[in-house]
Order: sequence, then C-alpha cells, then structure tokens
Amino acid sequence: MKALLIRDIRLAMRAGGGFGLALGFFLIVAVLVPFAVGPHGDLLSAIGPGVLWVGAMLACLLSLDRIFQLDFEDGSLALLATSPIPAEAMVMAKATAHWLTTGLPLVALSPVLAVFFNAAPGAYLWLPVSLLIGTPALSMIGAFGAALTVGLKRGGLLLSLLVLPLYVPTLIFGAELARRGAEGAAVQTPLLLLTGISLASFAALPFAAGLVLRVNLR
Amino acid sequence: MITVRNLCVGRGGVALLRSVEFTADSGQMLVLRGPNGVGKTTLLRSLAGLQPAWEGEIAVDPEDIVYAGHQDGIKAQLSVSENLRFWAEVFGFGPIDAALERFGLMALADRPGGALSAGQKRRLGLARLAVSGRRIWLLDEPTVSLDSDSTARFGDIIRAHLKDGGVVIAATHIDLGIEGSVLDLGRWRVTGEDQSGDPFLTEGAF
Repeated sequence: MKALLIRDIRLAMRAGGGFGLALGFFLIVAVLVPFAVGPHGDLLSAIGPGVLWVGAMLACLLSLDRIFQLDFEDGSLALLATSPIPAEAMVMAKATAHWLTTGLPLVALSPVLAVFFNAAPGAYLWLPVSLLIGTPALSMIGAFGAALTVGLKRGGLLLSLLVLPLYVPTLIFGAELARRGAEGAAVQTPLLLLTGISLASFAALPFAAGLVLRVNLR
Repeated sequence: MITVRNLCVGRGGVALLRSVEFTADSGQMLVLRGPNGVGKTTLLRSLAGLQPAWEGEIAVDPEDIVYAGHQDGIKAQLSVSENLRFWAEVFGFGPIDAALERFGLMALADRPGGALSAGQKRRLGLARLAVSGRRIWLLDEPTVSLDSDSTARFGDIIRAHLKDGGVVIAATHIDLGIEGSVLDLGRWRVTGEDQSGDPFLTEGAF
C-alpha cells in the first residue's frame, strides 16, 4: 500500500502528472472572481469563503478521472487487482495520494488567496482549517466516483455529474465553518459535522469503491 | 497446485467454455490452445480472479497466482527500475537486480518506461513475474512482440521456474521448447445454440 502511495505521488509530480493543474485552476478562479465582482470590499469578504470553497471543489474535480483511468488504460489496474493489495487498500492509497497532491497544496495556498477577497482576520486561520478537514472527503468521494466511471470512454463528464451532488454536504459545512470562523462566530457545529463527513467517507467509501472497481474490471 | 472442476466461463454475457476440467501440479506447464475467441483470455482472467466463474470451482490459493495479460502496466514517466521496484514492493519480494539481469534489462534500467520499444516493454512486463515470488504464472500471449532471442531466453526462464516447482499456464501459439501438456480448449467450447449460461438471464442471479 505504501509502495502504491509513493508511486502515485511520484507519478503526479513527474511531467504530465497533473500536479499543479488543480492549484493553477484554484488560483485563476480566486483571481477572476474579485475582477468580476469589482472593488466592493465588504461584498468580497462576505462571499470569499464560499467562492474559495467552490473553487477548491472544482479544482479537485479536475484531476479525479486520473485516479484510476490511467492505470486502467495501461493495464496496471488489472495487475494491481491480482496483486496482494486488496482493492479497498488500493482505493485508500490512491485517494490519499490524490489528496496529498491536490487537496493539501490547496490548503497551503488558500490563506494567500484569501487576501484577494479582503478576508476578515479570522478567515486566515479558519479557511485553511476548513479545507484541511474537508478536502480529504472531496478526494475520497471523488475516488468512489472515479471507480464508478473507470473504463468508460470520456467518462469525465459523467464523473462530474455523479460526484458534484455528493460534494454538497462537504461544501455546505466546509464553507459554513470558514464563514463562521471569519466572522468570529461559534464554529463547533460545522467543525464537528465536517470532521464527521471526512471520517465517514474514509471509513466507508473504500469498501464501496473497491467493490465497484472489481465489478468494472470484469 | 491448481485444480479446475466443471468450470463455466463467459465474456460479455455469452458463455464461452463449459465443463472445463484440468489439474496442474508443481513443475508442470499447461499450454492453452484454440482458435481466436475460443476463451483463452477469459479462462486465464477467471483463474486470476479478475472475473467470477459462472459455474464450477477453481481450487487454488489466490496468494500463489500472478497474472500477465495483454497489457504490461508500465508507467511511461517511471524508469525501468522504478517500474519493476514498484511491483517488487507490492508483492513484498526481494531485490530486482537479478530479474533485470535475467530479462536483459540491466542496460535499460534508467531509461523511462515511455522510451522503450514494444519488445522491451514486454520484457519489463514479464520481469514482474520474477519479482512477484509467486508460484503459478498465468500468461496470456507472453511472447507477443518478443524477438527470437528474447523468446528463447524467456523459455529458459520458464524452464527454471518449473524446475523450482512452479506452475505455468500459458495461452500461446509459439513453441517455447518446453515439455508441457497442451489443453485444446475447443472441446469445451459452447456452441452457438447453447449459450444460455448468461447470469443476467437466469433467475435468481441476484
């Protein structure tokens, strides 16, 4: 499992691996929105957490189809399925690698982007914290969607349609946590719910995705 | 080491082979023969556990099996040794140098997978068998794109594996010069009007 995790991270970092793609997308969204909205500081700081959360979600979506599709196309996925790594552990390793190369850089970049939105002081802490807790769920839910659509030609659009509705709870509580944190309100409720979503998806979805992968490889 | 009883396998909802029976013991090679589409790949995929059998039983320890299909699963961005080391780590088996040497990949060790020729890729794909440490090799057309030298070399490697007590089940039309029993799949073929084994059509499939 560790070998697979390291291989996936290495592949993502090498040329054509897509590392930086999500990050660049996130950056562009965060720069474009203030241009479109105009110089209204109060408005920007009000919409900032929500826009950045939507941006992070779309950036994450961008690289989802790489999780399994490339391995499916070159035959690695079938070989991995006959290897000692259980399908569930394979999903866990691949979702973790996806998070480390997509979600974590977004977390690190988010305080910088908060500047563009004239963010309240609280946002510089709570926006990264909300992304840190929430993006693992985005990667795992996305891995489940990618497992469902693996093997479909041009399954990327279907993948988005399947995954985006599943992202709604994460988005609601993630953006709410960032917003309340920025305003200095009580954060406990969204914090606990967001943590719960992330933990639950890591606990349950590897099994669902593993099952789906085995069916798709038949 | 592997026993198959009354096996029925199919692909795309069509039954291909029925009542397949064979046994392979330690040190034995089985060569699967039959015309295109008879079900060689389907049988091998079923033995590897990639698709379920429709009927019957495959008595084998899944921990013994390693499968090599049409595709080698080579990552273009990783070097030859990185590719092979990954599989060695996945299977938890020893160092890769011996395998690189045996498959004539030593000089290519640092070359990226994307820069290999078809035959070199295939050799790297087959080297995975050697680092898997598994005893039953399931090979689907292993000699495709290999030149005659490499084919002979691979024949030697199979011979050594059999001598170590391994089992090789291969679908191939090329004579590797190895004593092995030939399984003609034609006799188990499901004929046109008798393809009713579709699990989606039988009642109680779910």
